[in-house]
Amino acid sequence: MNEISPEKIQKYYHQLLTEAEKAGYHLNSDLDLTLELVKSLLTNEERYGYQSCPCRWASGLKEEDRDIVCPCDYRDQDLAEYGRCYCALYVSAKATKENLSQPIPERRPSKEERKKKAEKEISHPSSLSLPVWRCQVCGYLCARQEPPEVCPICKATKDRFERFY
Amino acid sequence: MDIKQVEGRKAGKLMLYAISTCPWCQKTKTLLNELGVEYSYIDVDLVPEEEEDKIRREVERWNDRLSFPTLVIDDEEVIIGFQEERIRQVLKGKKQ
Repeated sequence: MNEISPEKIQKYYHQLLTEAEKAGYHLNSDLDLTLELVKSLLTNEERYGYQSCPCRWASGLKEEDRDIVCPCDYRDQDLAEYGRCYCALYVSAKATKENLSQPIPERRPSKEERKKKAEKEISHPSSLSLPVWRCQVCGYLCARQEPPEVCPICKATKDRFERFY
Repeated sequence: MDIKQVEGRKAGKLMLYAISTCPWCQKTKTLLNELGVEYSYIDVDLVPEEEEDKIRREVERWNDRLSFPTLVIDDEEVIIGFQEERIRQVLKGKKQ
């Protein structure tokens, strides 16, 4: 595996920081940790073709790992409950030292549980004139034939949307 | 399986399951190195595909959330996540 250059890490860190602040999110101010996490995201992009969470065991199959592509589907819930996301790349403005030094539980359902959830989401009897799509990263909802190419709120890609109603 | 051994003073049987890209797993290795104890570890994301199921079942025996780092001490106690103080405490209680 190629070692990611420090310049590339710095550049991507600044990009993530700008995007995060613009959208009301915050990166961890522990710069050593944050740069390690950014490096790992780039490593995973090279390895798997997508930026899988550095602290989770990726399958190597994008369909199976969509929920843990950074920012993961669990980030906002963990920010609300623990002041940080699972790997601690993202933190809430109110995060305390305690939040950042203790590990938090894994919220991602097991492989079996994820499979069951996917099967449950097949039918959507609806009296609405259009389907409603939900961004699984930030919760943005929109009523249209297809989800947008990119979430207008958090910039997640189309494949992160689920049919909500 | 690609289990690595790290030499050091005996403090019971220590097995660490880790992810190679995870800084918290790295912090756990650094702490164990600093404490100078003997331990084994495996970076589960680097095992060959044909061994993945075996190692997954092994980790799930100790931690059904399949999260990392998972540190197993003497095949009985499990510390999940980088809990620095707890690791120090538990290993302090182990005989030299």
